[in-house]
Amino acid sequence: MSLATEIDYGTPASRSTTTVTLTIDGVPVTVPAGTSVMRAAAEAGLMVPKLCATDNLEAFGSCRLCLVEIDGRKGYPASCTTPVEANMSVRTQTPKLAQLRRGVMELYISDHPLDCLTCSANGDCELQDTAGQVGLREVRYGYEGANHLVAEKDTSNPYFTFDASKCIVCSRCVRACEEVQGTFALTIDGRGFDSKVSPGQMESFMESECVSCGACVQACPTATLMDRSVIEHGTPDRSVITTCAYCGVGCSFEAELKGTQVVRMTPDKNGRANHGHSCVKGRFAWGYTTHPDRITKPMIRKHITDPWREVSWEEAIGYAASEFQRIQAKYGRGSVGAISSSRCTNEEVWLMQKLVRAAFGNNNIDTCARVCHSPTGFGLKATLGESAGTQDFDSVLLTDVVFVIGANPTDGHPVFASQMKRRLRDGAKLIIADPRTIDLVRTPHVEADYHLKLRPGTNVALINSLAHVIVTEGLVNESFVRERCEPESFNQWRAFVAKPEHSPEALEPVTGVPAAEIRAAARLYATGGNGAIYYGLGVTEHSQGSTMVIGIANLAMATGNIGREGVGVNPLRGQNNVQGSCDMGSFPHEYPGYRHVLDGPTRALFEGAWHVTLEAEPGLRIPNMFDAALEGSFKGLYLEGEDIAQSDPDTQHVTSALEAMECIVVQDLFLCETAKFAHVFLPGSSFLEKNGTFTNAERRISRVRKATPPVGGKEDWEVTAMLSNALGYPMTYTHPSEIMDEIARLTPTFTGVSYERLDELGSIQWPCNAAAPDGTPVMHVEEFVRGKGRFMITEYVPTDEKVNRKYPLILTTGRILSQYNVGAQTRRTANVDWHDEDRLEIHPHDAEERGVKEGDWVGVVSRAGETTLRARITDRVQPGVVYTTFHHPESGANVITTDNSDWATNCPEYKVTAVQVMPVFGNSEWQERHHAFTAQQLALLEQRERPVRQTAGK
Amino acid sequence: MTRVYVPRDSGAKSMGADAVAARIAAEARRLGASVELVRNGSRGLYWLEPMVEVETPAGRMAYGPIATDDVASLFAAKFLVGGSHAKALGLTEEIDYLKRQERLTCARVGVIDPVSLDAYETYGGYRGLRRALELDGAGIVEIVTQSGLRGRGGAAFPTGIKWKTVLGATGTQKYIVCNADEGDSGTFSDRMIMEGDPFVLIEGMTIAGIAVGATKGYIYLRSEYPDAFVVLNEAIAVAVGRGYLGANVLGSGKAFDLDVRLGAGAYICGEETALLESLEGKRGIVRYKPPLPAISGLFGKPTVINNVISLASVPIILDRGADFYKNYGMGRSRGTLPIQLAGNLKHGGLVEKAFGVTLRELLYDYGGGSITGRPIRAVQVGGPLGAYLPESQFDTPLDYEAFIALNAMVGHGGIVAFDDTVDMAKMARYAMEFCAIESCGKCTPCRIGSTRGVEVVDRIVADEDRMANIALLRDLCDTMLGGSLCALGGMAPYPVLSALNHFPEDFGLPAVSLAAAGAP
Repeated sequence: MSLATEIDYGTPASRSTTTVTLTIDGVPVTVPAGTSVMRAAAEAGLMVPKLCATDNLEAFGSCRLCLVEIDGRKGYPASCTTPVEANMSVRTQTPKLAQLRRGVMELYISDHPLDCLTCSANGDCELQDTAGQVGLREVRYGYEGANHLVAEKDTSNPYFTFDASKCIVCSRCVRACEEVQGTFALTIDGRGFDSKVSPGQMESFMESECVSCGACVQACPTATLMDRSVIEHGTPDRSVITTCAYCGVGCSFEAELKGTQVVRMTPDKNGRANHGHSCVKGRFAWGYTTHPDRITKPMIRKHITDPWREVSWEEAIGYAASEFQRIQAKYGRGSVGAISSSRCTNEEVWLMQKLVRAAFGNNNIDTCARVCHSPTGFGLKATLGESAGTQDFDSVLLTDVVFVIGANPTDGHPVFASQMKRRLRDGAKLIIADPRTIDLVRTPHVEADYHLKLRPGTNVALINSLAHVIVTEGLVNESFVRERCEPESFNQWRAFVAKPEHSPEALEPVTGVPAAEIRAAARLYATGGNGAIYYGLGVTEHSQGSTMVIGIANLAMATGNIGREGVGVNPLRGQNNVQGSCDMGSFPHEYPGYRHVLDGPTRALFEGAWHVTLEAEPGLRIPNMFDAALEGSFKGLYLEGEDIAQSDPDTQHVTSALEAMECIVVQDLFLCETAKFAHVFLPGSSFLEKNGTFTNAERRISRVRKATPPVGGKEDWEVTAMLSNALGYPMTYTHPSEIMDEIARLTPTFTGVSYERLDELGSIQWPCNAAAPDGTPVMHVEEFVRGKGRFMITEYVPTDEKVNRKYPLILTTGRILSQYNVGAQTRRTANVDWHDEDRLEIHPHDAEERGVKEGDWVGVVSRAGETTLRARITDRVQPGVVYTTFHHPESGANVITTDNSDWATNCPEYKVTAVQVMPVFGNSEWQERHHAFTAQQLALLEQRERPVRQTAGK
Repeated sequence: MTRVYVPRDSGAKSMGADAVAARIAAEARRLGASVELVRNGSRGLYWLEPMVEVETPAGRMAYGPIATDDVASLFAAKFLVGGSHAKALGLTEEIDYLKRQERLTCARVGVIDPVSLDAYETYGGYRGLRRALELDGAGIVEIVTQSGLRGRGGAAFPTGIKWKTVLGATGTQKYIVCNADEGDSGTFSDRMIMEGDPFVLIEGMTIAGIAVGATKGYIYLRSEYPDAFVVLNEAIAVAVGRGYLGANVLGSGKAFDLDVRLGAGAYICGEETALLESLEGKRGIVRYKPPLPAISGLFGKPTVINNVISLASVPIILDRGADFYKNYGMGRSRGTLPIQLAGNLKHGGLVEKAFGVTLRELLYDYGGGSITGRPIRAVQVGGPLGAYLPESQFDTPLDYEAFIALNAMVGHGGIVAFDDTVDMAKMARYAMEFCAIESCGKCTPCRIGSTRGVEVVDRIVADEDRMANIALLRDLCDTMLGGSLCALGGMAPYPVLSALNHFPEDFGLPAVSLAAAGAP
């Protein structure tokens, strides 16, 4: 694929439905009302020179290159800031305009370095292009006048540089930071000729509030803000459109390359999840794909105390297959299983579950969604009829009341957060339910109307009290409920939540949220126009995670906030393919498309298609696998892209289970924590090295396209197919598109999906079938997928994880912007410059009581284990609550978390752990063991036997 | 009890008015004379400041300029009963400079105690608002439209039409913003109104608010006017206390609140859109138009933004009717303009006259010619962006259209005179330098062009490739005129080109050749 060049229309498209016809350079042009003259001209193929205008930013009118002449108007209006009018007659090229444009360009160049040939933007510079366009031939001012050529270069950011000497002060970076990202980190300092771009108050980029999203770099028309990778490698010569491998927003990117060298990841303007925006992870943190830690050869070993041995793919696969067969022969068909990851493509997950079902002959397949969003699947299926979010991301632009529950969008889903913040700046109201003061509570030009700062573990009490207000204050949308929901279940629910014990006043002592705030927030959500709920793992990762999801669905149905744009129930998925890995049937009880394995006709469908007899009994969930391993009945495990030894709760329980197994096959990019317990290591391929699809939080299926060859030689789907073949169940796909064709054949919500259609449409939101050939942005429009919406009773049951004298604090966990989950990727990038260790946030009061000072090492002890972290004293957390991130394995955040889990889905209760915190010197016992074990395993990797090379001697 | 007036106007204060007032009070105490000292605004006869007035049965008698050392002799000369004195000026109203003016907008300036609401009403104040309250919004707007009042800040846009747009705009909140960022060189009429008769501005804004349905007004005042800030806030407090401002203006059921906000020293914040940005708490940079502030102004709401003089002219229009006002003036320039005489003139000060008075009358009949006694060679009208006019154009009447015909502008009515020692190339350089210093930096022609303009003029003066640089200067002026986002960059070429065209000899060119070369 050649380098994509996109037309920049200069100003955003108008959303108006009325059209206006005008004449530009004699050409009649019809465009929506509100379109700029510049955009109208561009749509007619008439490009007006411009520098400060770009079509993802509002018009600014500063560069004065886009001047035009309009009949009946005096002067030379800027085409970017002039809206079209009916019958307007515009000229974009006249001798006078040419003279003015050259005059302006001459001024620009009189204060610009003339090092085009050695400039990093050479060939990719709008200033250079425009100078050519306007025909500038000389700069009569000379170059001796006042200038900025000696302005200092800011090299503080690890990913891009800011060379002020090349700045033309178009403010595109400043505007991008404001309008696109919503961080407002940049401004123009000084005025007149001294105007200069300033991060913060004349700070460096790294010292400022800059979040390194790249919007400014993307917006810069010159080499002023430039990717270091381009400075190092030069401009790219081809690009491949693909999908980011980080969070559930699923941003579309152009991987820009020279040969097989990735030079830059540029957010794709046509990406319908991100509209050309990005965050520090997707845009910049891809260096892990070529990190020296990548393991590129298959390896095997008999015992985990043995050194690794590099072997051929055939030998590794053969060994793994023979071990699984041996184990099944010895311990039974159910003694092996697999865990897929939400980082795998849909096609890979499909093959994993197919391998388990068809080749292993059991249902022991689970996915990491078990530990994040399994309650979403359960709760939304039970109430609405489909295990997925109800909206597309763009829906937020029509939302009047944004209700964020247990999610931290600016850190976890930054690109969507920017879109949300844009809507909030435009006037939507904001309610946040979170124990911690997340950034969104107060960020530039956005402030929560209500921050319901509840105690961790009391979500269901909170949602019941909100529901109580809606039911008892007459705020129910009666007509919606009457037409769309089950009357019986609604009446039961209404009677239930109306009980006095669910009033905000009665529950205030439980949730810690003042009753008046609950009442006000409930009224706002119910009556403030379009109300949309966005939630994250702060909802699901609880002992009542499923109950809370149901409670959210109840609330949305009762207020009629579902079934159209601007409303809905929107789970923010943590990983790129959480939705997809669930859709693909990576569950021990469900086939693809959320169909139970006990369902005879579905089983028959798959048996027919796969030519095997399938096991009817549900298999083991991840925690059951660990328990079974410790009991001795589960002995073999195949993991792809999933690092359970770091990410699953109660680490010591997990690692004991791993040690109890006889064959662990890990397919991964790195020797991750789990791989240190493995017997077979199969080199994984990064998202840049393979074909497939990811499905994001809005059910959007997007293509992952191979940009570079897999460093281990195989794409991940090929490896799974090889293993299946070696196990005796043939998989003969030649390309993932064939896997998608099989998915489409066997999954009703995917019938219309194919790689051809994806190429055609860019991306597709399922359901995509005969009824919705282009996909479905908003679900449940006419009726719920299950027919009538079903209300369910949500009794609040306090968690068993209670504070007491020994464990007086509640630990809750979360993510940070610069790091991603277990950090395997982001820790191997310069993102560590922002976050090189996990810290324990503790309230000043709790710190004072314990004699803890900022930066002190503290021991964190729970009923499950103990670790040490350094303290950060902050009132972001409330007294009695401590918080940490979990991106670094040595932090041992999951050594502390317990095996408590959601009653319905076993999703772990990561968000509530009773702990004690005390100052300590030195590491915890677990950390000492972990260090020793890691050192041992790295040594075993270092000592790996490599096949003797044939030396071509003389 | 004899009433003695000593101005509190900052121009008078800079000439020692406070000390004179203190000395008069002390002397009266010492002599046991019964004196009521009133601190009025200035009459605008600045060469006579501090000008002391005494109320006598014959009328107010003026003495000036009075130094503290004169005070004892004033008492000795029985000035309290109008006694003669070397510095006696006779009856104030009979002073020729004042007598020949048509003071409509500035009728009370220098006459009354600026924060005395009673005095304001005694002299006809708040009659306009009372009249306005009898009308509906459209009725008020119609009178203002009929009066022919045009924006006195410089752009001369018909005030009534602006108000009509705001009246017709939909919006739950509308604003009245007064542009009191009076930054043009040689101008001070806004300041004199604000320091000398703040109620007339408050009344004008209240009428504007009632007319268009705005309940909130802001006066954006340059921070260099600390005395005006004090006076305005005092007057607003009085107006609020007496029910002229607030939730129920004069019991009409209509609300109007008023706040004074201080600028931060940027000339560009006198440009209306930059002013709105600044008022919103942002960096003062120019917005593009459309949308007009009348549709989307302060905080994105429909906003009337008018200059001090425009708003202060409204009460008398409402009080006396559109015809009364319209009958002053000439052509499409109706009513009066408070003209400010400054620079090298014997009699600098405020001259409110109907449009049509010529420059020559102003410079000689009022200004008394140059203070140096040398011939007046050039005048700059309309502030630092106004054109320089040579002696040959001194018979031009003050009229918006007549000035536009000369590529000049009346602007805010400031006239700065220069005698024949002026170096017009230096003045051209200064125009570019001013633009460079005050440019907000948003648009390229102004941001870079003004700096280059200074450099090019320097090269012309230094005779470096003179003809080529003159051509370049003209091209640059063209780029700035045609390409700038606002009037700062868009008008800075006027003083430059007028200097070059009318005074080529100051640029090292023969006086004739260039004019003959077709320059306007």
